[in-house]
Amino acid sequence: MTTTLRLPPPSRVRHGAGIRKGEAASGWLFTAPMLILLGVFLVIPVLMALWVSVSDWSGRGSPFSSGVGFVGAKNFAAVLTGGGLAESDFGMALKNNAWYVVFVVPLQTALALFLAVLVNRQILKGRGFFRTAFYFPSVTSSVAITVLWLFLFNSTGAVNKLLSFVGAKGPNWFNDPDGIFHFGVQTGPAFLENNTALGVPWWDWIGGPSVAMSALVLLAVFTTSGTFMLLFVAALQNLSGEVTEAAMMDGASGWQRFWRVTLPQLRPTLFTVLTLGLIGCWQVFDQIYTGTQGGPAKTTLTPAYLSYTAGFKSQEWGQAAAIAFILFVIIVFFTLVQRWVLAERKVSKRRMRLYSVPLADRVEAPAPTPEDRKVDR
Amino acid sequence: MSSTVLPRATEAKKETEKPHVYRRHERLSGRVIGARSLLYAVLVVLAIIYIFPFVISIATSFKTEADAALDPLGLVPKTITTAAYQKLFLNSDFPVWFKNSAVVTIAVTLGRVFFDSLAGYALSRLHFRGRNVMFAGLVAVMAVPGVVLLIPKFLVINQLGIFDSYGGMILPLLTDAAGIFIMKNFFESIPVSVEEQARIDGAGTFRVFWSVVLPMARPALVTITILSFQGSWNELAHFIISTQSPGLTTLTKGLAGLAAGGLGQATQYPLKLAAAALMTIPVALVFFIFQKKIMNSSDGAVKE
Repeated sequence: MTTTLRLPPPSRVRHGAGIRKGEAASGWLFTAPMLILLGVFLVIPVLMALWVSVSDWSGRGSPFSSGVGFVGAKNFAAVLTGGGLAESDFGMALKNNAWYVVFVVPLQTALALFLAVLVNRQILKGRGFFRTAFYFPSVTSSVAITVLWLFLFNSTGAVNKLLSFVGAKGPNWFNDPDGIFHFGVQTGPAFLENNTALGVPWWDWIGGPSVAMSALVLLAVFTTSGTFMLLFVAALQNLSGEVTEAAMMDGASGWQRFWRVTLPQLRPTLFTVLTLGLIGCWQVFDQIYTGTQGGPAKTTLTPAYLSYTAGFKSQEWGQAAAIAFILFVIIVFFTLVQRWVLAERKVSKRRMRLYSVPLADRVEAPAPTPEDRKVDR
Repeated sequence: MSSTVLPRATEAKKETEKPHVYRRHERLSGRVIGARSLLYAVLVVLAIIYIFPFVISIATSFKTEADAALDPLGLVPKTITTAAYQKLFLNSDFPVWFKNSAVVTIAVTLGRVFFDSLAGYALSRLHFRGRNVMFAGLVAVMAVPGVVLLIPKFLVINQLGIFDSYGGMILPLLTDAAGIFIMKNFFESIPVSVEEQARIDGAGTFRVFWSVVLPMARPALVTITILSFQGSWNELAHFIISTQSPGLTTLTKGLAGLAAGGLGQATQYPLKLAAAALMTIPVALVFFIFQKKIMNSSDGAVKE
């Protein structure tokens, strides 16, 4: 093989027209399928939906036919300030999904990191087995796992049976609309019940996810922790052992080494995992469609599912498109916020000096006094 | 050939040697033994929690309806019955669902492997005006969340008259921005000199791509194959908005319908869990065949 690939000296390989003629044509030819497919099924849909979101199209015929009129921001207004069912449904969906994010993202990230650290131990035998066990739920379809969850978490199901062994009476998971922070109290104080935001009482906003939604939270943690574990494992394997060894020499305990040495080095992966987790959580759809269809009492409704039902069930296509766009804005907004919060800050001169000291010495150096920290900020 | 096997053999040797070194330490310190047992205990408990749901679903699929309701934790059915499987194969649309899923998955996977590598090659190697703009557009497209596109995609599929047809199910999935990205990154790691030799010998662009570069990109092609296979086999949302008739229902859509109470009154857990187990088999097979590859493929995803 190698003999036939003997290369000419570099000076003779020129990017001239000779061997690169017709490249522009092939470039466009090669990318044509991609351009057509992404154009027709991604760019045009977005533009078309933009039109539908400001029209009164009823779902019959083409949205471009003459009978369809421009209604301005009416669809957006109905969802955001309408005062009717559309608004309160959207408020519920937003509330449910926000709590879902609040619980799933930290839990799945922490669990994934925990699993990765355990599985990454050099001394561990059967690492492959454990990794496979933790990753397998991630490759199976969300529909199949949701069906499994419906079975495990039914009122007389496996989970409640397990709970009964320890003397606890499990809830009627997927049929229980109570917010977990309401602790069984049915109606709240009047000022919380009477004031609303997006058509949903404050009392409901602060109630946390419903018991039904909590089961879906567990489902999400179960299926995604494996994927993110792999990302963390890859990152852990790329870390140089030297820094950790140096910390070990300086007598840092395993706990200290993890928080002060390993975790800061994992920062880029942590960004990735948190961002992917956040984006994924705002898109939850399959589990709702398969499992609860938004019930009980609309406590598992999410914007993605609401957008689907608004269009396909209620034929409110304008509102459906509007909800999709609002959801898009929400996802972009939170991604940017997260980037901003977690971004590496510019390093002050003072801290810069700290960094110029070899790392091994740094671990030995006394922790900064409170005054130091103030200056650093 | 022998040269490629050799390094692996030495690697394996090293791995088996390692534990011995540690074992000597073990004898020295009781604390280490304690810590290690705790590590294994935690891992085993966690592994049971992760595996148990799958084991119990397979066990339940062989139970009778009453047994499944009475003893949801039992790993051994009181009377083993294949009633659920018989019903699925003989008295339901399950075979049709399976066929549809298979057709769509194969078509989508083939399409993605071809189109993704074509576009990835052009974006990494061919010089033409507009390439950078195209790439920027691709990155922007990747950022659009899929669920947001459900309603918009339906509008276009409907407008084009391919709603409720294989065309509407397959065409929109035929290429994906993430796959193009993976291929582009891989092609960039292949030395340019390899192609230039072929070019000097007079091969055309497609010939260079097809016979020189593509065979070298096998690892990336395997990655794309796995990702598209899993992605399209497990896809639900797109088939909900692109089809309507029972004849075009896929496994995911069919099972979701079952779960929502599509077939009769009773809970039918054995039936549903049997369907869930059957639809997991193909992805599980792919997973176990390419396990090493999948477990390492995330390497590239993080490095950037």
